[in-house]
Amino acid sequence: MTLLGQFGLWSAWLLGLWAAIVAFVPSLRARPGAAQMVERCCYGIALALWVSAVSLWKALFIHDFNVEYVASYTSRNLPDFYLFAALWAGQKGSLLFWGVVLSSFGALAQAVTSRRYRDLLPVVGGVTAATTVFFLSVMLFSGTGNPFSRLDFVPADGQGLNPQLQNPGMVIHPPMLYLGYISITIPFAFAIAALVTRRLDVGWIVAIRKWTLLSWLFLSIGITLGMWWAYVELGWGGYWAWDPVENASLLPWLTMTAFLHSVMIQEKRGMLKRWNLGLVVASFLLSIFGTFITRSGVIASVHSFTQSNIGYFFVGFLVLAGVVSFALLYLRWPELEPEGQLDSLASREAAFLFNNLILVGIAFSVLWGTLFPILSEAVRGTKITVGPPFFNQVNIPLGLALLALTGIGPLIAWRQTSTTNLARQFTYPLSVGLVVAVILVGFGMRDGYAIMALGLAGFVAGTITQEFYRGVRARQRIHGEGAGTALLHLVERNRRRYGGYIVHTAILVYFVAFAGMAFSVTKEATLRVGEQVDIRSPYGYTYRLKHLGVSQYDALNRRVSAATLEVFQDGKRIGVISSEKRQHVDSFGKPTFQPSTEVGIRSGLREDLYVVYAGSVDATERSTFRVTVNPLVWWVWAGGFLLVIGGLITMWPTTGGPGPIPAARSSARPPAEVVAHEAV
Amino acid sequence: MKLSSASWSRSAREVRRPLGSVIDRRSFLAIATLALGGRQAAQDTAQTVGAADPLMDPAIAGQPRAVVTPLDNDETLKATERRLKCNCGCNLDIFTCRTTDFTCTYSPALHQEVVALFQAGKTPEEIVAAFVAKYGEQTLLAPTRQGFNLVGYLLPGSLVVAVAGALAFILLRRHRLRLLAAAPAVVRPVAGGLSPDQEQQLARALGEVET
Repeated sequence: MTLLGQFGLWSAWLLGLWAAIVAFVPSLRARPGAAQMVERCCYGIALALWVSAVSLWKALFIHDFNVEYVASYTSRNLPDFYLFAALWAGQKGSLLFWGVVLSSFGALAQAVTSRRYRDLLPVVGGVTAATTVFFLSVMLFSGTGNPFSRLDFVPADGQGLNPQLQNPGMVIHPPMLYLGYISITIPFAFAIAALVTRRLDVGWIVAIRKWTLLSWLFLSIGITLGMWWAYVELGWGGYWAWDPVENASLLPWLTMTAFLHSVMIQEKRGMLKRWNLGLVVASFLLSIFGTFITRSGVIASVHSFTQSNIGYFFVGFLVLAGVVSFALLYLRWPELEPEGQLDSLASREAAFLFNNLILVGIAFSVLWGTLFPILSEAVRGTKITVGPPFFNQVNIPLGLALLALTGIGPLIAWRQTSTTNLARQFTYPLSVGLVVAVILVGFGMRDGYAIMALGLAGFVAGTITQEFYRGVRARQRIHGEGAGTALLHLVERNRRRYGGYIVHTAILVYFVAFAGMAFSVTKEATLRVGEQVDIRSPYGYTYRLKHLGVSQYDALNRRVSAATLEVFQDGKRIGVISSEKRQHVDSFGKPTFQPSTEVGIRSGLREDLYVVYAGSVDATERSTFRVTVNPLVWWVWAGGFLLVIGGLITMWPTTGGPGPIPAARSSARPPAEVVAHEAV
Repeated sequence: MKLSSASWSRSAREVRRPLGSVIDRRSFLAIATLALGGRQAAQDTAQTVGAADPLMDPAIAGQPRAVVTPLDNDETLKATERRLKCNCGCNLDIFTCRTTDFTCTYSPALHQEVVALFQAGKTPEEIVAAFVAKYGEQTLLAPTRQGFNLVGYLLPGSLVVAVAGALAFILLRRHRLRLLAAAPAVVRPVAGGLSPDQEQQLARALGEVET
C-alpha cells in the first residue's frame, strides 16, 4: 500500500507541476483546451492524493510498523478512533492531509464555480496546483516529510500517540483548523486570477463570497475547538495562552474578518479594491506563516511539531508567494482605482474602515508580539519572553474598541447619517450599555476592563436587539405577519445581514466569557481520604470538595489512577468530580509516555469547577489537587455554537444562488422592510 | 481489570466518561453496585477521615507530590510566580507550570526559590529582580516597559491611533469641503420647501462658510 501511496504523491506532484505551467505560461494558457486540461489536472491531483491518504490510513489500521510514521504515532492497542486521527498527528501525515484537503478544495472550486467566472479558473487551478506542488515538494524532497518512508526493521509495537492527542478533540479540531487555513487558498487563487487576467471588476469578489465565509467559518470553529481542547486536556485551567501557534491561527482569522467587512464596501460603493486584494493575499500568507511557525521550530511552542529543516521550504514559499502577489498588485494598481469616495465620518463605510483598521491593528500587534523576541534579540542581543501579560496589555484596549465598533457599525447608515438619526439610533443601545455598567459597579465590580467589556457587550446587545426589533416591526407593518413569522422571514430574506448580527452576538458572548476569566480563583490542597477543602466562588457561595479516594484500574490502552471528590455547594451535595492520571502503555504493557493528567470539570452556565489531580503523597491515597473556579467558561462554547449558526445562515444559498453585484450599485434596492426599518 | 478498594469511586467516574470510552461488564457491575450501595459507601468514607491507604501501583499515579503548604496558596506569591517564566521550555509561568505539568522538574525547584525569597522577607519586586539577575530578562513573562521594549508595547497601539486619527481628519476635512461645495446649490429654490433636517444642514453649512 505504501508503494501506492508513493505513486499517488509523485503523480500528484507531476500533475500539479503541469497544471501550474499551463496556467501561468501565457502562450500555453491561450491554447484551446488549456482550461479543460488544468481542470482535469486539478481533479487528478485530488484523486492521486486521496489514494495516498487512503494508503496511509490502511498502513495505520493494519499496524504496518515498518512504516516509520505508523511506528512513531500509533501502537497496536490504540483505539480505532485515534488510528484514524493519527493521519494528522505528526508532521509528515499532516502535510499529506494538507495536500489532500487543498487539492480537494481546488477540484471543488473547478467543479462548482459559476460559468460567469470560468475565465478565472485556469489561473485559479494553477495557483491551487502550485501550492499543492509546494506541499508535495516538502514531503518528497525535504528528506523529513515523506509519510511513507520505511524503517530498516519492523518494531514489535509502535510508540503510541501522545496522550494529550488522545482526546475526541483530536479528531475534529486539527481538521477544522486545517480546513480553515487551507480554504483561504481558494480566495487567494481567485484574487491572483483576477490580477493576472485583469478581470478586476467585482466578479472575483462574488466568486469567492462563499469561499471566504467557509474559510472564516472553519477557522472560527477550529480556533474555538482548539480553546476547548486546551481547556479540557492541557489542564492549566484556561483556554487561551497567547502561545505562538495559537496566535498563528488567530492572524488569518483577523484579516479574513476584516475582509468580510470591507468587501461590502467594494460591493456597494466600488471602493477599497486594493485593500481587499491586499487582505486576501495577507490572509493566505499568514496561513502559510502559521504553518511555518508550527513546523519550523523557530519559535518555541507547546503545539509545535518536531523541529526539522522544512522551515526553510516554508520561508522560501512565503517569500515567493508574497513577492509575486504584491508585484502583481503593484502592476495592476492603476486599474484598481476606487469608483467613489467616503463621504462622511458618520457613515457605515467609515465604521467598516475603522473596524478594518482595528482588526488589522490587532493582527499586527499579535504578529508583532509573536516576533518581538526575535527582533529584540537581533537588536539588543538580549533574549526576552513575550507572554500573556504583554498580549493582554496591548490587545485588550484594541479588542474593546472593536467590540464598540461591532455595536456602532449597524447603527449608522451608508454614505452619511444625520445627527438626529444618530441620536435616535444610539439612544437605546447606549442606555443598555450604561445600565449594565452601572449595575455591575453597583454590585461591587471594580475591574475596569471587565466593566468596560460587559458594558460594551450590553451596548452591542442593545444594537442587535434594536435591529431585529425594528426589522420585525417593519415586516409586521408591511406584511401583517405575526412576530415569529416576521422574524423568520426577516432572517430568511436578509441572511447576510441578520446572520451577521447573530455572528456579532456570538462575538459579544465571547467577550463576556473572556471578561469572566478575570475573576477566576485557584486553590491547591493536599487531602487524605475524607478530608475536604473549601473554595469560594466569585458569585459568593462556597464549594466544598471532599476526597473520596483514589482508584486504579486498566482501561483500553492505559492504566488509570482516578481521584474522586464529592462536591458540595453551600453545604448541599451536588455530585462528584474525578480527575485522573493516565499511564499509557503499548500492547505489551510497557509505558509509552510519562503519565498524563485528565482534568475533572463540572460545567455550569455561571462557572466551571475545574479539578486537577496533581498526584499522590508518599505513594498513598493522600493526594494533592488544584481546584479552580472559572466563571462563564460555558459561554465561550455557546459563543462558538452561535457563531457557527450565524455563519451558516450568512452563507446559506438563496434561491437561485448568489447573484452578481448589480452593475449600478446605487440602484440596488434592499427589500421593502429593510428600507422601512432603516427609515425608522 | 484490577479494581482497588476504592473501586466504587471509579464507577462514578465511568458514568460521566466522555465519548470514546467503553463501559465493560465489570464497570457496569461497579456502576450497579454504586447505584445500590453508593449511599452506604459514602457513609463508610466519612468514617475514614484522614485515611491514607497505600496505592496499589504508585508508579502509574505520576510524580510523587509534596504536601501543599499555606504559602503555596498565598495570593502574593502566586501573583509573583505568574510574572516569572518556567525554564522548562513550556512558555508557561512558574505557577501555571507547577500546577499543570506534573512531569516538570524545573517549576517545583523555581517555586522553592520563590518561596525561599518570600520567606526571607523579599517583596515581589525584589523577588522578580533576583530572578532577572539570576536567569536574565527572559525569565520575565512580559518584558520590562523600558528602552527598546517600549517599542514593543507602544508601536501597535500608536499605529492604530495614528492611522485612525489621520483617517478621521481626512474624512472630516472631506466632509467639510463637500458641504462647502454643496452650499451654493442649497440656496436654489426647492419645490415644497426644505425639510427640518435640510434646514439644519443648510444652517450648519452656512455657519461654517461664515466662520
